[in-house]
Amino acid sequence: MFNKILIANRGEIACRVIKTARKMGIATVAIYSDADKQALHVKMADEAVHIGPPPANQSYIVIDKVMEAIRATGAQAVHPGYGFLSENAKFAEALEAEGVAFVGPPVGAIESMGDKITSKKIAQEANVSTVPGYMGLIENAEEAVKISNEVGYPVMIKASAGGGGKGMRIAWNDDEAREGFQSSKNEAASSFGDDRIFIEKFVTQPRHIEIQVLCDTHGNGIYLGERECSIQRRNQKVVEEAPSPFLDEATRKAMGEQAVALAQAVGYASAGTVEFIVDGDKNFYFLEMNTRLQVEHPVTELITGVDLVEQMIRVANGEALSITQDDVTLTGWAIENRLYAEDPYRGFLPSIGRLSRYRPPQEVASGPLLVNDKWQGEAPEGEAAVRNDTGVYEGGEISMYYDPMIAKLCTWAPTREAAIEAMRVALDSFEVEGIGHNLPFLSAVMDHPKFVSGDMTTAFIAEEYPEGFEGVTLPEGDLRRIAASCAAMHRVAEIRRTRVSGRMDNHERKIGTDWAVSLQGQRYDVVIAADRDGSTVTFSDGGQYRVASDWTPGDQLAVLDVDGEPLVLKVGKVSGGFRIRNRGADMKVHVRTPRQAELAQLMPEKLPPDTSKMLLCPMPGLIVKVDVELGQEVQEGQALCTVEAMKMENTLRAEKKGVVAKINAGAGDSLAVDDVIIEFE
Amino acid sequence: MKDILSELENRRNAARLGGGQKRIDAQHGRGKLTARERVELLLDEGSFEEFDMFVSHRCTDFGMEKQKPAGDGVVVGWGTINGRQVYVFSQDFTVLGGSVSATHAMKICKIMDMAVANGAPVIGINDSGGARIQEGVDSLAGYGEVFQRNIEASGVVPQISVIMGPCAGGAVYSPAMTDFIFMVKDSSYMFVTGPDVVKTVTNEVVSAEELGGASTHTKKSSVADAAFENDVEALAEVRRLVDFLPLNNREKPPVRPFFDEPGRIETSLDTLVPENPNTPYDMKELITKVADEGDFYELQEDFAKNIIIGFIRLEGQTVGVVANQPMVLAGCLDIDSSRKAARFVRFCDCFEIPILTFVDVPGFLPGTTQEYGGVIKHGAKLLFAYGEATVPKVTVITRKAYGGAYVVMSSKHLRGDFNYAWPSSEVAVMGAKGATEIIHRADLNDPEKIAQHAADYEDRFANPFVAAERGFIDEVIMPQSTRKRVARAFASLRGKKSRTHWKKHDNIPL
Repeated sequence: MFNKILIANRGEIACRVIKTARKMGIATVAIYSDADKQALHVKMADEAVHIGPPPANQSYIVIDKVMEAIRATGAQAVHPGYGFLSENAKFAEALEAEGVAFVGPPVGAIESMGDKITSKKIAQEANVSTVPGYMGLIENAEEAVKISNEVGYPVMIKASAGGGGKGMRIAWNDDEAREGFQSSKNEAASSFGDDRIFIEKFVTQPRHIEIQVLCDTHGNGIYLGERECSIQRRNQKVVEEAPSPFLDEATRKAMGEQAVALAQAVGYASAGTVEFIVDGDKNFYFLEMNTRLQVEHPVTELITGVDLVEQMIRVANGEALSITQDDVTLTGWAIENRLYAEDPYRGFLPSIGRLSRYRPPQEVASGPLLVNDKWQGEAPEGEAAVRNDTGVYEGGEISMYYDPMIAKLCTWAPTREAAIEAMRVALDSFEVEGIGHNLPFLSAVMDHPKFVSGDMTTAFIAEEYPEGFEGVTLPEGDLRRIAASCAAMHRVAEIRRTRVSGRMDNHERKIGTDWAVSLQGQRYDVVIAADRDGSTVTFSDGGQYRVASDWTPGDQLAVLDVDGEPLVLKVGKVSGGFRIRNRGADMKVHVRTPRQAELAQLMPEKLPPDTSKMLLCPMPGLIVKVDVELGQEVQEGQALCTVEAMKMENTLRAEKKGVVAKINAGAGDSLAVDDVIIEFE
Repeated sequence: MKDILSELENRRNAARLGGGQKRIDAQHGRGKLTARERVELLLDEGSFEEFDMFVSHRCTDFGMEKQKPAGDGVVVGWGTINGRQVYVFSQDFTVLGGSVSATHAMKICKIMDMAVANGAPVIGINDSGGARIQEGVDSLAGYGEVFQRNIEASGVVPQISVIMGPCAGGAVYSPAMTDFIFMVKDSSYMFVTGPDVVKTVTNEVVSAEELGGASTHTKKSSVADAAFENDVEALAEVRRLVDFLPLNNREKPPVRPFFDEPGRIETSLDTLVPENPNTPYDMKELITKVADEGDFYELQEDFAKNIIIGFIRLEGQTVGVVANQPMVLAGCLDIDSSRKAARFVRFCDCFEIPILTFVDVPGFLPGTTQEYGGVIKHGAKLLFAYGEATVPKVTVITRKAYGGAYVVMSSKHLRGDFNYAWPSSEVAVMGAKGATEIIHRADLNDPEKIAQHAADYEDRFANPFVAAERGFIDEVIMPQSTRKRVARAFASLRGKKSRTHWKKHDNIPL
């Protein structure tokens, strides 16, 4: 076995690989850019080598720099993680030339799977089901129309070198095919410098389901079940699970066998992923093969108990697979939620800055499962497991240079239903402050009926959240549980307040039993009967909850037991009340005495100011310049001002036509998020 | 006998109705509570003891003898906030517009005298049209009596003003002399001369809200310490503030049970100060991570944001916090921030509240605006306030402590009791670049040499150790253990006694 391995990556995946290497007794080397000096992967590794400035194209993906780090540290193998150099054949060649093992497939496999057209040809030759279409290059629009008719509408017109939705068009008829061909070609030329176009059948009700394969250099190949990755936002996966709620055993087997066949056809040796698109009738078609470890590999590990990183390292070391296809069993259900530093309330705008608070839920191992480097039996058999793969820590910095994913939260349970429920609680318990993040959105997805039923397609987010994410309104039952909990917490906080020093003897304040709780526009009148073990909260209109918790004032996470069910609330302060976050909802909760509530009702409701006619500062920063003047008419898209944040100048543009009515800030002013910069008439 | 008893109840009911149901409804219609409702919300349930419910005015001019409402437009008395005694007056806008008559003022004076005698705070709720013009100079005399009592009570018992309606003309000077002023957004305003007079005299057209609303006074003038959405919220927050304050100047600040480990380690603070010395960070994160339960009662949040002031608790006991804010103007001192912090430091010193100072200050803000505005004397206020304060003073330098501003910010030289510094501190006369250009003026044309000199200067001075060698810094501490170290420091200072020379009073550069 290798003595030392270098991880040519950063963030959570570097940390993930280090954990397995450490378990196997292999020393680890991290590489880092200027932006990552304090990063977690650097702290975790045995050695760390600095490889340049923050931008990846000057550090992490510069082959020469990585090779230098390898030479300097004497690493015998390199794990590339995902992204960066993981599917770069030149890098694999450079390693080979230097006699360093690449923890990944052979160069030939990377090359042949790297091109969409080549890989599809190989797949067809290996009898892998592919989307009907025309693989050759298409010369002109008329030819595109002809081919589209042969394939049958709807068709997808795609750039050969494409990715990320660029150079992609869907056509339902001849006119659209003609037009789509031209625009795809133009876009492909400008985006990729390669205007080769092909046409294939557009699959309806598509799901993204992929097969994990594992091959060695001795001709052995197995598949480890599938992963369902249909919940995506603009081709960025958000939620994954294994197994898929859609596949039956026969389809799984057929897909798995075809995936292994394809891998073996290119002499694959490592862990790899064969992506399929599956239509509503369970027809599956090969999409592409990812010749690396996938981001979402943990869900496969959780249901198979196989450490994929360990297997990759062993294969790279020339060992034969110790598991056969018959050894692979899929146990229970695993779900992964990707935590992104993206603000769902602002159109998923990336958010950067300091993680002033970062407290993931407690990891729990359970069943025949792998939770990071912990094996087996830490929680009673059959109970839910929680795993969090992360590359950040409280007090760390989310920089603008890299992927905005900060953690992959996974849960496992014997059933899908239980795994989803465990995920809901885990999300409720996950504390992240200082940056915008998608936790509320993930909570909303976990409660979405379509997701819960397993009936989703790759269009789920686009169809269910067409206007973006606007928060969650909780159902009545949840509101009552929260109201009961807040009443009990408020009582505890008020009792503490009466214990301040300097009181008049014998004239202490008495805390009553009747409270009015208001949240999300509802008011509940409750009576609290507290005893040593908790509080019984009775609602005036019927219903009673028993609330128990060891919450004390100041705790930002309240772990409660409401009628035997767990309830986890994030508790913040707002003037005169609590800010409560739970299940994707973010609300103000006021607990008042009946008289206070009566008087509070007399208070005018103040509507938040109409911000549609204002330019708000999107991030904390410094105004560099204001480009417009009072009374000036501006056009949509016109530059209004420049804000410098994190050493980057951001130009803010007009969202629509308007006339400048007021300018509230000038060059040199430092502004906070949502400060009003310009008001329009 | 029964009739006599019911007569009392009848009279009480009449008095409680103030200006009558119609006016009460109008008051509610404006989104405001009545004087009595406000008192109810301010005090513990059922704790209010009213005085002078039946007092009425003695004016006989302009037909005033025909309307003599019981109480005369102000509700006064005492009660408790979380069991601690406070005195309160609450002007009743429904009665003659809450206007101040001689008797109205007399009622206020009565409870102020009692508050001072018994050592309990005074909370005034202002909602008044101003002087009762019919009474002429009697009304003015009333104001004068209140002013004089505000002055005499200053530094003896805490005085809090809550502006919940109009407060104009001479009336503003009573709140102005109290320790804290709170306002309610959209329904309160304060000014010496109203929009009409302004227009007549200066031709300026301005609305009452723009001239003296909550936004003006919290952001521009700094007259108000905070503004709240409505009456209910404002009164709840006043209760919260009172929980931090001692009852008088001879009592220690209050202590209450706390649920936060004093030795709590915050590893994230080790990365709070960014590597680049010119990159800002949010000092409030340090404050909330040091405070018990993350609870920080900030004052003047929207004014002179380059300095932060407010109250926290450590081990359950109130501590006043002053901190430079590197996010705004790099945390430098200027006229506004010096004034803001100086008054706060003096409040803490009056009432035996220990002061915790977090320092990251690159110096004083340069420029003609500052010099013409008298930054010399305004800056001196903060220096003076720190130097004369005899309460326990603990200071933590997180990054820059440059020049005169270093001395001002509760340094050892101003009798700081504990002066800590983080390893990231730079205690120096100025930054490396500026210092090098002065010391090595001869090499100014040689960028290479200058860079070398700057690097040398940084090696020598951009750290806390030069100051620590001289004992100006008592100890260099790990950021993560700041809460623990600071809490222990204050614990050790609970018995602090210090003497000053006899004097009538000092002559702070006002």
